[in-house]
Amino acid sequence: MRLSAFSSLQPGALTAQYYDLDEHDHPEGASTLFGFWLYLMSDCLIFAMLFAAYGVLGGNYAAGPGPKDLFELPLVALNTAMLLFSSITYGFAMIAMQRGRTAGVQGWLVVTALFGAAFLAIELHEFSNLIADGATPQRSAFLSAFFTLVGTHGLHVTFGLIWLGTLLVQLAKHGLTDAMRRRLFCLSMFWHFLDVVWVGVFTFVYLMGTLR
Amino acid sequence: MSALHSDTHGHDAVPHVALKDYATGFVLSVVLTAIPFWLVMSGVLGDKALTAMIVATFAVVQVVVQMIFFLHMNTRSEGGWNFLALIFTVILVGIVLSGSLWVMAHLNQNMMPMPHAMNELP
Repeated sequence: MRLSAFSSLQPGALTAQYYDLDEHDHPEGASTLFGFWLYLMSDCLIFAMLFAAYGVLGGNYAAGPGPKDLFELPLVALNTAMLLFSSITYGFAMIAMQRGRTAGVQGWLVVTALFGAAFLAIELHEFSNLIADGATPQRSAFLSAFFTLVGTHGLHVTFGLIWLGTLLVQLAKHGLTDAMRRRLFCLSMFWHFLDVVWVGVFTFVYLMGTLR
Repeated sequence: MSALHSDTHGHDAVPHVALKDYATGFVLSVVLTAIPFWLVMSGVLGDKALTAMIVATFAVVQVVVQMIFFLHMNTRSEGGWNFLALIFTVILVGIVLSGSLWVMAHLNQNMMPMPHAMNELP
């Protein structure tokens, strides 16, 4: 008898245990958005570390040029506008998706991509100007930290654009299926997240750098 | 619930979004961006420390605005787990930023004066 093994135990110590060996019903993609949110939060920590590095090293010019000599605020304002416009146009794409209009989604995504590309073009123009003036990442700790922080953000935008292009191809192929809706929503979170990070960049790097 | 909605266009796949939210977020963001740029570029306040404080406050407000209206952040999505992860991240970001700045500021203070810094000594 199996129970005899427990005969030395107190009666109250016998508790029933259940092991659920069967798979639960997990609807497809039910955890995608939460998983992607966790990715964004970890990405947030990458930027936190880069901001911390910039905060620590941002004043070490090594007798080289400082923020006041280098930053052109009108250009940064234009860049900020591009990213903000791309945020609202992606919002319009999400509205079109909710209404089930594939062509509307595609149109707004293309507009978003154009604004994103304009942002990148302006940023690359700024970087090439800096490097032409001798303000390279090797010049000082301030410039190393600056190029790492702003460059990492720019790389994120670049990959966002590649992702956007991929989704446009998939959208033409599959239409607005549930899987496509999830993918488009994930990219929308990624895109808006980049705008949130940019708020930190233009405030703490450009505006406060100019004030310093 | 899924039986009710699965035959529509699968709106369960992603959260509901509203045009009003995006419009509100956009207008607020434009205002919260334009004011700091104007303050710094025109230098109307004169006082740099005060300007920096105001600009930083505007940034924090804009981050919250974009989280709510663009990223659809609320305390209920995914049963509150989204919000919990966000709180955890905010705490970590706070530790990383304030810790780094605090430690490195004291390190700078306690370092031996370097040759170029000695020139600046009285």
